[in-house]
Amino acid sequence: MKHIDIDARGYYGRFGGAYIPEMLHGNVEQLRRSYREMTADPKFREEFDLLLKDYVGRPSPLYYAERLSKHYGTQVYLKREDLNHTGAHKINNTIGQILLAERLGKKRIIAETGAGQHGVATATVCALKGLQCIVYMGEVDIARQAPNVARMKMLGAEVRPALSGSRTLKDATNEAIRDWINNPEDTHYIIGSVVGPHPYPDMVARFQSVISEETKWQLQEKIGRDYPDAVVACVGGGSNAAGAFYHYLNDERVRLVAVEAAGLGVDSGESAATSQLGTEGIIHGSRTLLMQTEDGQIVEPYSISAGLDYPGIGPLHAFLIDSNRAEAISVTDADALAAALFVARQEGIIPALETAHAFAALDQMEYSADDVIVVCLSGRGDKDLAAFSSYLDSEPLK
Amino acid sequence: MNRLSKLFADKPRDVLNVYFTAGYPALDSTVPVITALAESGADLIEIGMPYSDPMADGETIQRSSMQALSNGMTLKLLFEQIAEARRHTEVPLVLMGYYNQLMQYGPDRFVDKAAEAGVDGLILPDLPAYEYQRDFRDIAERAGLEISFLVTPQTTDERIREIAATSTGFMYVVSSSSITGGSAQISDRQRAYFDRIAALGLDNPKLIGFGISDARTFRTACEYFNGAIIGSAFIRALHGQDERVAEATREFVHGILAPVTA
Repeated sequence: MKHIDIDARGYYGRFGGAYIPEMLHGNVEQLRRSYREMTADPKFREEFDLLLKDYVGRPSPLYYAERLSKHYGTQVYLKREDLNHTGAHKINNTIGQILLAERLGKKRIIAETGAGQHGVATATVCALKGLQCIVYMGEVDIARQAPNVARMKMLGAEVRPALSGSRTLKDATNEAIRDWINNPEDTHYIIGSVVGPHPYPDMVARFQSVISEETKWQLQEKIGRDYPDAVVACVGGGSNAAGAFYHYLNDERVRLVAVEAAGLGVDSGESAATSQLGTEGIIHGSRTLLMQTEDGQIVEPYSISAGLDYPGIGPLHAFLIDSNRAEAISVTDADALAAALFVARQEGIIPALETAHAFAALDQMEYSADDVIVVCLSGRGDKDLAAFSSYLDSEPLK
Repeated sequence: MNRLSKLFADKPRDVLNVYFTAGYPALDSTVPVITALAESGADLIEIGMPYSDPMADGETIQRSSMQALSNGMTLKLLFEQIAEARRHTEVPLVLMGYYNQLMQYGPDRFVDKAAEAGVDGLILPDLPAYEYQRDFRDIAERAGLEISFLVTPQTTDERIREIAATSTGFMYVVSSSSITGGSAQISDRQRAYFDRIAALGLDNPKLIGFGISDARTFRTACEYFNGAIIGSAFIRALHGQDERVAEATREFVHGILAPVTA
């Protein structure tokens, strides 16, 4: 098969690139020229690996979920990114990018956030390195993710509300880009997912690739082979999926399953199932699949999960789905909530609402008894307790 | 000859380019704004195609775009409005928007419709020179539309030369790195940047944009290149003027072209 990688211009097939105004060219070009070389430097690797080990707590366990396995009649392993410091996979990327920003001599860090997990992970590494941190967050998200707003402030970050458009993740991203245009010299923009102009999608995927790198040797230890039959991960922009898939992209023995948020249902008009509802276009500097009108106006998606309601999808995922290397499954709010409750009671693990979508996909998949399925447990569910509580109140307990 | 090329041949200095957002402040403002701009002395008009996610624009223009979209503005309607305005004026018209809008409309169909309506040029700030050459140059040239690219204080001399060679229309000299709608004065640092561009000896007409807001900044910008672009300041002047857009437009242009006293 064809080797899957990004080309020199930042394209996976016809997806990707850097559709940015000239005002961003200098910064993006500086990153493009330096990110591979800098991250390949042994000193960088050493510092990155040490922080992942001692600060983040890696390697994250690969846990054999016995009761889920019994329930589904297959072998289910959970890659426990929820056990990372700050409670999600997001920190893998922010550690990498803060080390890059330091080497680029940047003094000021900006980020966008939806659910607040990336904002918290960014505020955390800025505190760690003593750098100024400004997080853009939609006004609507600030209201519905209050605990994470408090965490960012506790860590010394300034949370700036995005007041434009629909006042959610897409608009927070626009505001962050605008900030970067206005502050081209001292500022680094830490994008939280495998989206944005080249080199971000590739850079973030590489920082997150530690997930599948560990999965390989952990599987080798546990089952005597270093690959599973399927990897299942939720996809908003797609950073945990990119990391969980990364070292299996070219291994066709492994099914790659990208789980999207269907919201109230794919055809309900309230959905974030980008691969089904999206068409090819440009969002935040990247050519990919996105939800838009006939006139090319970007549509605001919907999901109960603030981390999955992004109108686009990373260009790597657009390529994987378009070329049938990955399969896309969509999961509704209701199924995700039910799956979260089920996993909590089967395994004693409360997953994030985003991750709950990946669990719910197991109900839609077919597999045999000896198949090995790795689910990327991207984050823990503490931030979603309000949603879970109201679900518990409405759902008669069995 | 393209109206844009003719403009710079006939009037190499003090070119006033005014930007406004189509369908703002009201859906039917587009035609009266264009005709009033042309009558009152604007040499070139840049028509913004309202977009949901205008990454290169500042808050003022973004807000006007959101207003225009909620007014019901579409590309189909815009081409009709431009064709209507074209019956009243020969002023050069340039469309400014984002490449996603063209992708969805279909680049071929877009340039055909634009040229047919009487558009002379395009500014697509998020279409980089490489992708332009790969995907769009032949299409634009076939329709006779001139393309303008942006340069900024961060753009290296080598890259400015490449961009100048790729631009078929005027070169859009972004006066500072700030997004549209920012500073009110031209600083020493900006002057040094203009001098750097001037020293490259490029043939392209050049217009300074971003931060030009009144008669004084317009005059200063005109000392350096062929003219200047005013956008956000005009949008602010149109705010709340739904009932008298033509008058508000004329007053604004007269203010810009008024003599500057020391």
